[in-house]
Amino acid sequence: MAELEVITLFLFSVIVYSIPLLYGTAGEIMIEKSGSLNLGVEGTMAIGAVTGYVVACRTNSLFVGVLVAFLAAAVVGAAFAFFTVTLQANQNVTGLTITTFGVAFYFFLGNGLSNSAGGWPMLGDTTLAAQFAGIEIPLLSKIPVIGKVLFSHNILVYLAVVIAVLMWLYFAKTVPGLKLRSIGENPGAADSLGINVTLYKYIHIMLGSGIMGIGGLYMGLNMGGTFEGSNCWINGYGWIAIALVIFANWSPARAIVGTVVFGLFNSLRVYNVAFATTFPGALGWLNKIPAHFFSALPFIITLIVLILSSMRKNSSSGEPAAIGRNYYREDR
Amino acid sequence: MGNAIELRGISKSFGSVAANKNINLTVEKGEILALLGENGSGKTTLMNMLSGIYMPDSGSIFVDGKKVSINSPEQSAKLGIGMVHQHFKLVERFTALENIRLGLKTGGKFLLGKDTRKYIEDTAAKFGFEIDSDKLVCNMSVSEKQTLEILKVICYGANIIILDEPTAVLTVQEIDKLFDVMRKMKQDGHSIIIITHKLNEVMEISDRVAVLRHGEYIGSVKTSGTNEKELTELMVGRRISLNIERPVMEKTHPLLEIRDLTVRNDEGAIAVDGMNFYIRGGEMLGVAGIAGSGQKELCEAIAGLRPIERGQMLHEGESIVGMSPKKILDHGISMSFIPEDRLGMGLAPSLSITDNMILKNYNEAKGIFVDRKAAREEAKEAIDKLEIVTPSTETPVRKLSGGNVQKVLLGREIKSGPNVLVTAYPVRGLDINSSYMIYDILNQQKQKGVGILFVGEDLDVMLALCDKIMVMCHGRLQGVVNSTNTTKEDIGLMMTGALNIVNKEGKTDGIAADSAFEDKKEDANG
Repeated sequence: MAELEVITLFLFSVIVYSIPLLYGTAGEIMIEKSGSLNLGVEGTMAIGAVTGYVVACRTNSLFVGVLVAFLAAAVVGAAFAFFTVTLQANQNVTGLTITTFGVAFYFFLGNGLSNSAGGWPMLGDTTLAAQFAGIEIPLLSKIPVIGKVLFSHNILVYLAVVIAVLMWLYFAKTVPGLKLRSIGENPGAADSLGINVTLYKYIHIMLGSGIMGIGGLYMGLNMGGTFEGSNCWINGYGWIAIALVIFANWSPARAIVGTVVFGLFNSLRVYNVAFATTFPGALGWLNKIPAHFFSALPFIITLIVLILSSMRKNSSSGEPAAIGRNYYREDR
Repeated sequence: MGNAIELRGISKSFGSVAANKNINLTVEKGEILALLGENGSGKTTLMNMLSGIYMPDSGSIFVDGKKVSINSPEQSAKLGIGMVHQHFKLVERFTALENIRLGLKTGGKFLLGKDTRKYIEDTAAKFGFEIDSDKLVCNMSVSEKQTLEILKVICYGANIIILDEPTAVLTVQEIDKLFDVMRKMKQDGHSIIIITHKLNEVMEISDRVAVLRHGEYIGSVKTSGTNEKELTELMVGRRISLNIERPVMEKTHPLLEIRDLTVRNDEGAIAVDGMNFYIRGGEMLGVAGIAGSGQKELCEAIAGLRPIERGQMLHEGESIVGMSPKKILDHGISMSFIPEDRLGMGLAPSLSITDNMILKNYNEAKGIFVDRKAAREEAKEAIDKLEIVTPSTETPVRKLSGGNVQKVLLGREIKSGPNVLVTAYPVRGLDINSSYMIYDILNQQKQKGVGILFVGEDLDVMLALCDKIMVMCHGRLQGVVNSTNTTKEDIGLMMTGALNIVNKEGKTDGIAADSAFEDKKEDANG
């Protein structure tokens, strides 16, 4: 039975690791669908994470924490929209600035609090930790293996999947979703039909950023809320999320699959030893690979994915045609 | 019936250029009005004021007898005005239905309920549109896209429909279909304004014709009481005599010969269709035609910038088909192409005159370093010779005035000593003095024995400057005339496709008697 347990734990961990990517990817998909390329995912997640976590600990409420993480990240999104939509600044530069700023803000707040009288708030055994604990879905969680892997997670895991599915429905089945996609494809055409391009961009950039913020908070909580002066919780996940958008072909539904694949490689980093000892015959070789390789694996895979998806340039690509270009009405 | 639209005293200027001057125009209900005019006569500006893209500087607009001010496309749509632009405003990756759904105000928040589909498909059926509602726009032909654009404005409730050169991109069969749809729309009480240059189409489809010339309203005539000749005269006006020199040169052998040239444009449609022509040394050949008749594609094909579909291009007896632009340049064919935005092609705006000089002969330099000293000398020479007004050789060209920019461009092109010079719109946007300076430069080249292809817009200028004028319409050669014994009206008729003199008196225009082609004996007998 030990073998089955290791596999179950491994698959469970795959889901745990894939969820922050799902938040980041889904949020970025929403932004990119509006024709904006926001490279500030890492920074946006970091700001959502640190503000959401601190407020959640202070108020002892996960709900308030999620709300604050969402709002703080949405404010960052509003800044991105202000610079790129209103002031027509370069999207890449603005996005990179947000990443730099967001990560710096994370360390600024973290170090500041750690050195203050109250100290860095710890998750510990507070009721907050209980709110973040796994929720066993009745009946479904009783299914062997699958029940544990898919239906005994914390609330934020389910929320991520719900958000991705709702977003998919929004794009595919609603008129505002159609209008949003038209802006990403051809803002001139959308504008000529009386669609408020600026408003749509603002709303969706803020929504998308907010979703990323929740993902950041999830990462912080998942790591037990321990603040280290050297490592950011987000740890490059924001960048992987940007690559995953391409892998998912700009579809929130495919993003679920894509993030699970990445979660798999990420979990290998943690489970390679367990696998090697549990299945010495088949997987013993895993032990011989240096741990650093597993840490680097998600990024290596990202690279491969980017190369492969860049080669797949055809009409079935979901990439919004007007992505990365600011829209000037006078150009039409 | 009353007036659907009435314009009174509409004027619009861009900077110092008056695009529309005191225009009075009416469109009756259930009428097809053709709006006729040369390039730059202000047709599109006028229509853009109806569709809310521009606001008139003065004058008033009445829709259904009520005075309105149209200050946005949305408002124009609310008044029931729908414009189909030359450049389609469609989302390529959406289906036809999705494109129409995008702007529909009714039908709830959810996509494509049965009612929406039924409404769109019923409307299409009513007017005889043939459209596959689930086809992606990116898989559609140009004609299908246009059909979709028209269906779109009708679905949005437009009863005054403006079509900006709708037939320019269509085949004959597709034009017939479009006209059928237009007649059905008219029966249904819609008013249509169609902008077109083609007189035969005007005669076929319109009830009345309004003519603009140089931004002014010339008048309107009932189609049934006019003919193509009268319309051409209204459109081009009387010949004005200009004091442009035309030195007569001893013409030499054909330097550049084009035979049966067919070229496609960026959209994949045929832009140049089986053209024959040749240029001799010491000769300036004008190219006349409505904008977009294939002039750009023709120039690009000669310069090697655009692959050709079919045909032959001989330069001094040697084929230049398939050569790289640089090789063609080395051969002695130089192109100075002045696009609409002047700086777009040929010059790098932020670089200095010196650096722009280097751009063309960088390959003559030895080693990897730029020989700026020599280039500076060349720039100085050009500045002196062509009287370019500039603070220094190091001034970025974008800071120069239009005339001086053109001189820099021409100066660089003639410096390499070409024997064929292709120049398009070299005086576009220039004042009179600068224009004459450019004409002088071209004439000097001609006197040196260079063959010049001059793509121009102003017929008066071309009649005065060029030795011969070839007229293009829709990518086809309509004929080559000698500018001393032709009339502006004839050229006007050829430009609009009403007159074709390519095969007159057993002689084929565009094929030289002493052609370097081997098959000359069967082709030419002049």
